[in-house]
Amino acid sequence: MNKIVSKQRFSENVTKLVVEAPLIAKARRAGHFVIVRCGEKGERIPLTIADSDPAAGTITLVIQAVGDSTRKICALEPGEFLTDVVGPLGQATRIENYGTVLCCGGGVGVAPLLPIIRAMKEAGNRVVSVLAGRTKDLIILEDEVRASSDDVIIMTDDGSYGTKGLVTAGVEEVIKREKVDKVVTIGPAIMMKFVSLLTKKYEVPTEASLNAIMVDGTGMCGACRVSVGGKTRFVCVEGPEFDAHEIDFDELLMRLKM
Amino acid sequence: MENYNESRNEAWREELRKSKTAKERNNIARVEMPQLDPAYRITCNEEVNQGINAEQAVLEATRCLDCPNPQCVTGCPVGINIPKFIKNIERGEFAQAAATLKETSSLPAVCGRVCPQEKQCESKCIRLKMNQPAVAIGYLERFAADWQRNNTEQEVPKMKEANGIKVAVIGSGPSGLSFAGDMAKQGFDVTVFEALHEIGGVLKYGIPEFRLPNSIVDYEIEGLRKMGVKFEKDVLVGKTITYDDLHEQGFKGVFVGSGAGFPRFMDIPGENLIGVMSSNEYLTRINLMSAGRGGDTPVMHGETIAVIGGGNTAMDSTRTALRMGAKRVILVYRRSEEEMPARREEVGHAKEEGVEFMTLHNPIEYIGDEKGHVKAMRVQRMELGEPDASGRRSPVPVEGAIEEIPVDIVIVAVGVSPNQLVPRSIEGLDVSRRNTIVVNEETMQSNIGDLYAGGDIVRGGATVILAMGDGRRAAQNMAKQLLGE
Repeated sequence: MNKIVSKQRFSENVTKLVVEAPLIAKARRAGHFVIVRCGEKGERIPLTIADSDPAAGTITLVIQAVGDSTRKICALEPGEFLTDVVGPLGQATRIENYGTVLCCGGGVGVAPLLPIIRAMKEAGNRVVSVLAGRTKDLIILEDEVRASSDDVIIMTDDGSYGTKGLVTAGVEEVIKREKVDKVVTIGPAIMMKFVSLLTKKYEVPTEASLNAIMVDGTGMCGACRVSVGGKTRFVCVEGPEFDAHEIDFDELLMRLKM
Repeated sequence: MENYNESRNEAWREELRKSKTAKERNNIARVEMPQLDPAYRITCNEEVNQGINAEQAVLEATRCLDCPNPQCVTGCPVGINIPKFIKNIERGEFAQAAATLKETSSLPAVCGRVCPQEKQCESKCIRLKMNQPAVAIGYLERFAADWQRNNTEQEVPKMKEANGIKVAVIGSGPSGLSFAGDMAKQGFDVTVFEALHEIGGVLKYGIPEFRLPNSIVDYEIEGLRKMGVKFEKDVLVGKTITYDDLHEQGFKGVFVGSGAGFPRFMDIPGENLIGVMSSNEYLTRINLMSAGRGGDTPVMHGETIAVIGGGNTAMDSTRTALRMGAKRVILVYRRSEEEMPARREEVGHAKEEGVEFMTLHNPIEYIGDEKGHVKAMRVQRMELGEPDASGRRSPVPVEGAIEEIPVDIVIVAVGVSPNQLVPRSIEGLDVSRRNTIVVNEETMQSNIGDLYAGGDIVRGGATVILAMGDGRRAAQNMAKQLLGE
């Protein structure tokens, strides 16, 4: 049982929870995720860790309510408990001084991107962040991202905030104006697919963090399998990040409709 | 062997032996396991084998000749004193029969249900040499364990005084539980770390309740708790805490029984279509997560379900599919029925329940619809050629004999590989090319002195009882090492 310490609603469907999980708070690195369960009959839901505070023994999760289980989690109030939290799972992001790193996040994907932005900045990179959302309310964690980025570009589909346009327009703008050594992208699979196609054109190495369907999250079920470079890989233990240019996004998009 | 003779020479045993002639004992027919009717049982999740009653058990126990040199015991991976427990049943001392089981086995009610006795203890029974069916040792084991559970308070077995030495167990499956029980009995302070949210490992996520009810597993776990064993759920050693953390926490020995979690696929076209999944996924959703039975986790339903493979997991998958409402369940296996690794009993149960057996066929491709959902499988007819490394005749394709069969779901049950998560996280640990932990087969000790391992993480994919035997051997040897004996 893991206690909810605090809660913040970013928008109607997006909620931030700070959860007691001292061992995970200590062990986790940027890129890791956890599996949480809410209720004795609860589903195991993978969620990327947005932040942690080892001293307080807490981790931060940002959850988008898309189904019954995520709605249940978002409805939890401070003082209530998640039934289970296990992790940190997956491989941590490879953090190096690449030079200039473009971090591109869409919607709730900005939450797991934040620790990567911070770690990339700490490693000495120039970090340019591109945040995208359908509308102004769906741009989250802007201040936190700004605090660790050298430049931030905001894109909204409806032009209600930042520049009107798709995330790819923002990414292309940066690639055209300066040399980018690495791109990291987290967001809806369809967004990552188009970011990947774009960066492939410009030959910029790109990592995409995938949110596949999982049951156990420890390599047991294989529900999260994805084709990378023509080989079947398990997102839960070998990912969640892979070379975006090798990922079969069409298959991933198909499997997410399960 | 002395151990077995010692109990055999007790007065009551001698008297019991003389109470009936061998001929009288030989004239008794082997008991049949009462079972739920196939038409009824596929509508629910109730245990298929109902267990024998006391009268049947005493009669079956009477069939045992109480041999001077019992061979059955040599077929038991945990070395149960089989004649002693059987003769206790014959004289009506059921509690003592159960206590005899507990001397060497932490999970008798589990073993009595899922052990392949026909390949182990029962395969060595003297009655077979007399061209008669073996004594139903497995049924008797189950009877004694069930009788104790249903008729007495759960007792803590004889334990040595606490020695204060902390040992850690990674994984709460059969090898880990067996190890934990033996170490607790020897006075060690045992903590079991489990990655999932339930204790029991494959006994919970893998084996369906119609073969092994969860309440039975929970009872055995409760017994371990009463012996002082501590369980920590949601802890993945190597991720949540490291092997070094365990040392810092004062653990002097570590047993790895993390199992063979990684499902194998066949690497054929269409395997990543929606509706094609591993048996691990299918069974975990249903058994562990209660999908389709009140749990929040979804599971796919389909009219026609194909299961690929010929082992116990394949049988469990076919029978689970029937219970989830499938109209037609086809088992596709590339060899013939004779080579199937599954227990005969499971094969029989599957057939009684209406599973279609498509032996000597192998899937070569899955075909999807416009939404990426599997709609058909292409199967290649096979014939048996020369024996392969496993001694079984290897299947070879019959050229041109390819058939397309419409299916809604395909469950791939062609085996598992060891889960690399734990071994990979321990620096310097000797791991084989197949990702198993390399151990001294006698002692179960790895190349790292305080680390022992057993079960599928060592064997790659075996049975509950072999895993338990490993746990037991590891416990004996680690105890010796830690106590400086």
